[in-house]
Amino acid sequence: MDANDFSLQVATANGSGSQSSNTVLLRALFQMGIPVSGKNLFPSNIAGLPTWYTIRVSKDGYVARKKEVDLLVAMNPETAREDVASLAPGAVVVFDAPLALQSERGDLIYYPVAFDKIVEPIGNDAKLRKLLKNMAYVGVVARLLGIDMAEVERAVARVFGKKVKALELNLQAARAGHEYAKGIEKRDRLAVERMEANRGKIIVDGNTAAALGALFAGVTVVTWYPITPSSSLVETLIHYLQKLRREPDGKATYAVVQAEDELAAVGMVLGAGWAGARAMTSTSGPGISLMAEFAGLGYYAEVPAVIFDVQRVGPSTGLPTRTAQGDVISTAFLSHGDTAHPLLFPGSVEECFAMAGDAFDLAERFQTPVFVLSDLDLGMNNWMAEPFRYPERPLDRGKVLGAEDLERLGGFARYRDSDGDGIGWRTLPGTGHPKAGYFTRGTGHDENALYSEKGDVFESNLARIHRKIGGMRAALPAPEVQGDGKARVGIIAYGSSDPALRESRDQLRRERGLATDYLRVRGWPFARAVADFVAAHDRVYVVEQNRDGQLAALLKLDLEPSLLTRLRAVAHITGLPLDARSVTDEILAQEGP
Amino acid sequence: MAAPVAAPKTNRIGLALVDYKGGKTTLCAGCGHNAISERILEAYFDLGVSPDRVAKFSGIGCSSKSPAYFMSRSHSFNALHGRMPSVATGALLANKELRAIGVSGDGDTASIGVGQFVHLMRRNLPMVYVIENNGVYGLTKGQFSATADPGSTLKTGAVNELPAVDTCALAVQLGATFVGRSFSGDKKQLSAMLRAAIVHRGIALIDVISPCVTFNDHEGSTKSYSYLKEHDEPLQDLLFVPAYEDITVEYDPGSTIDVTLHDGSRLRLKKLEEGYDPRDRATAVARLLKAAEEGAVLTGVFYLDAKAQDFLSALGTVDGPLATLPESRVRPPPSALEAVVDSLR
Repeated sequence: MDANDFSLQVATANGSGSQSSNTVLLRALFQMGIPVSGKNLFPSNIAGLPTWYTIRVSKDGYVARKKEVDLLVAMNPETAREDVASLAPGAVVVFDAPLALQSERGDLIYYPVAFDKIVEPIGNDAKLRKLLKNMAYVGVVARLLGIDMAEVERAVARVFGKKVKALELNLQAARAGHEYAKGIEKRDRLAVERMEANRGKIIVDGNTAAALGALFAGVTVVTWYPITPSSSLVETLIHYLQKLRREPDGKATYAVVQAEDELAAVGMVLGAGWAGARAMTSTSGPGISLMAEFAGLGYYAEVPAVIFDVQRVGPSTGLPTRTAQGDVISTAFLSHGDTAHPLLFPGSVEECFAMAGDAFDLAERFQTPVFVLSDLDLGMNNWMAEPFRYPERPLDRGKVLGAEDLERLGGFARYRDSDGDGIGWRTLPGTGHPKAGYFTRGTGHDENALYSEKGDVFESNLARIHRKIGGMRAALPAPEVQGDGKARVGIIAYGSSDPALRESRDQLRRERGLATDYLRVRGWPFARAVADFVAAHDRVYVVEQNRDGQLAALLKLDLEPSLLTRLRAVAHITGLPLDARSVTDEILAQEGP
Repeated sequence: MAAPVAAPKTNRIGLALVDYKGGKTTLCAGCGHNAISERILEAYFDLGVSPDRVAKFSGIGCSSKSPAYFMSRSHSFNALHGRMPSVATGALLANKELRAIGVSGDGDTASIGVGQFVHLMRRNLPMVYVIENNGVYGLTKGQFSATADPGSTLKTGAVNELPAVDTCALAVQLGATFVGRSFSGDKKQLSAMLRAAIVHRGIALIDVISPCVTFNDHEGSTKSYSYLKEHDEPLQDLLFVPAYEDITVEYDPGSTIDVTLHDGSRLRLKKLEEGYDPRDRATAVARLLKAAEEGAVLTGVFYLDAKAQDFLSALGTVDGPLATLPESRVRPPPSALEAVVDSLR
């Protein structure tokens, strides 16, 4: 095996401090200029249940989860035997010596490590030792792989920051692990070497990126109800708002409210959007289900709102700490009656940032709730990224009439299609003009916003809203196409599947000579280019992290009947971040020999 | 005393009463809600609050239709069943200068909306919250609501076996800062209470017993006109004195309490009941429980704290509405983003 091309999995118990250790490993590798990615596979639990952290090192820049584990660090007695059993022959196991794993299988390379002995001189308290053992493995792994200890120490300093005592203890533990490992006779070929691949890059999670995107999009009202994996989006947003959105006199240009539930959270967003604020909430699938009735109100009463959905595995409570793309259909048509809500699919942390801004512009321009569909993998895991680009466009506040406009016009009709785009002009409460007021309601209304039960009025109003939303096809972020367009096989995917798809296409070409074109969807309603892409290929694999092919189902609504049979489903719903091998194997199986 | 003059055609800001009118009501003739709508618009007119600074909110039900029947110049948001509090909260977060009033019903508040009601009260959001309470669901044709008293009957003869939710006792316990109950037929009391509620800076809950002439005005109902006539027990005589008027009559501190409101207006409560002090939470709750046991409809201002900090003031936001802040104040400069990015390297 070449250097800089392997995966490492650390198995620990939740709440044992392993998150800090793993972050140190990830950062040390990143600082060495090597493309790296980390995935935290954690339980819905505060402490005790098994947790795994996978680090991928890839000289080729692949950042999707690697299906095979090349180096296992087995620290958790509960899962150690199962973890060892799942390894491929030839894999390397670093383990806590008392686990005596070397008798499990004969086809692995074992490095037993006496972690208790390593940390004994450093800490005298049992709880502390447990934490220090986890930093000791960082030192052991660094020595075994050739990770520069100076980079490890820099990373430790960064993770523990100003906590002087914790910093000192952890440095000691990492060094002691490194020292200990000098006595290990290396029998594997896994190694790292410095590269220059990460110049200028940052490490950040998608929730932080989305929070910053919202902040720089001028969000003023934020409401939320805590839910995994979305909570950190708002918590991070609060952190940065406090730093960046207070005026010199200390007053805030924003308001954040922790609501009593998701119904109230989205209700507040609608109230704020109606009154002219850039308002958002963030949630996950169960919250989306609760928001259904308000989503319909927002659609029909035409109120701007931005809703981040950091998806996790459903249905029901599902796997609350695992990733999925299972809310595509439920968000697209959330609520009763005829509705359709624009969806944005960020495929990277850079897009989490950029699309947060797009979402506010679109919501205000089209006067409707916009859903940003991130997921746990994108939102909570750390990714290498290009620095965020400062928004180029000014804020698009949409069609709002002020007192002077009303004076000039002599009045307005809230729901009249005066510009041919299906979007009416609105006023904000508090405009201070006698003609500004109108009555917003979820009941039937005419273009003057007056109550109406007339069938033809209802029908034409709903048709106008349909035209309005249809206009978003050209306004949403356009799909991104890779490939020369000449392949017979097409692939469609979206969101956090993107890294696996980039790698899978290389595998398909390398292993079977199969050329593919790849279209990454970034918004719904789909741009016309998506249907054109299907028409231009014999077979189109739609890769999704859900069981039912939810995006494919939406796509079928746009396709000519003759094209429907070109779609093939590649489904993945294990809760683990998508890996290229699973996609490649499934596509090859469907392609046949 | 000056000689009586003809009623002024315009208020302090030069508007006529007609400028505060709404659409034609579609509620039943004789419905208590229509009287409440009239009292509300008169109160805003008398106080000289410009309708284009007022935002009206409601949920779903007969009561929640009524914002369409007063003050058409104001913006209004007829939201979802039981969810008006969140929508009003959001609107006030966006623009803290709005003068907000919510109109709800007993089903909308005490059943489907009790969760949001509870949190609105504890947040002390500055708005008026009127419950038009008739003890039944009108639009769905006469089922009991959660404010129906135990033992009261429907027209069908069905008896309510469950205890009533007392929204006022609940609100007092939750930290609401202005809590009162009135009767749609008591013009004088309701008018004074509404005026005080409108100038109060905090949540002002007024539960108004508002008989449903179609489904709950019969014998056996405790929300009928005749029941109210017999069982209405006012705690105080209320006199609202706006900030721009002087109180001309001296008062006896033993029998009267004067509360100065946010804008300098005063609410004078002439005690009809010995020893009742509307500044004491525990007394208010105990007195309400006692009234319920006696089958009395206690009315008046049960609790008032004119000095508590309201939710919006506590947020520490900049002066003026957040909604219309210019881009330069809500999008930090490129250097701010660069600094954040540097910290992520």
